[in-house]
Amino acid sequence: MINMKRRTFLKGSVAAGAVGAAVSAGLLTPRVVLAAWPSAAFEAKSVDSALDALMGSHAVESSDKISIRAPDIAENGAVVPVSVTAPMSNIDTISIIAEKNAAPLTAAFKLGKGAEGYVSTRIKMGKTSNVIAVVKAGGKMYSASKEVKVTIGGCGG
Amino acid sequence: MATIKIRAKLQGDETTVKALIQHPMDTGQVKDKKTGKLIPAHFIQEVNCELNGTNVMTALWGPAVSKNPYLSFKFKGAKSGDTLKLSWVDNKGESDSIETQVS
Repeated sequence: MINMKRRTFLKGSVAAGAVGAAVSAGLLTPRVVLAAWPSAAFEAKSVDSALDALMGSHAVESSDKISIRAPDIAENGAVVPVSVTAPMSNIDTISIIAEKNAAPLTAAFKLGKGAEGYVSTRIKMGKTSNVIAVVKAGGKMYSASKEVKVTIGGCGG
Repeated sequence: MATIKIRAKLQGDETTVKALIQHPMDTGQVKDKKTGKLIPAHFIQEVNCELNGTNVMTALWGPAVSKNPYLSFKFKGAKSGDTLKLSWVDNKGESDSIETQVS
């Protein structure tokens, strides 16, 4: 069992490294990627490599102005309601990330003209983890996170 | 088959859009209980929303968005009676769209 985990872990880190290398080598052009579905970002195994693939950088600044509404305890990890509200102007994208999911990037909302800094959706979470919201506004990236406890097995935690 | 339910409500100068889409959102990691085989990944990759033909929001989704996805967002600049179009495309190339009036 321990060995199995080690195997998966190794595989995961190799894959993430490969994505990172591809990005830095300029094989993937992150700015154009948003036009099409960014498979590298959604397949990335870590938060940083997902952000690298999606935005071209993972230099995020934590901000207490972003508010995440999600349950403290989610009894059903398959349906976790998450709302993100951000007060910034000129918001480009709002991304929702479940930190400990196998592929952390869950959704990226690209806001057009006139859109407010608010999105709400429902996501799947594999286990207890932080839900991270990354807001890109005016060329800078801000983030906030909130822990959601996921109880598996339906004992109601 | 209409797979989308949508509502666009104008309050003051702000329009709130709420949409529900019927879709299995299979991750490709779950086994079919009867056959023991993996159910292939089948999930929505992109949701587009246009107001009178101008894009107001594009959502890029991974397989970790819940089954039968719910989506809500807000924007400014719509008038009552404007046409809002929402469309989705999944990883198998299937798609659907719906039009509604802002009210």
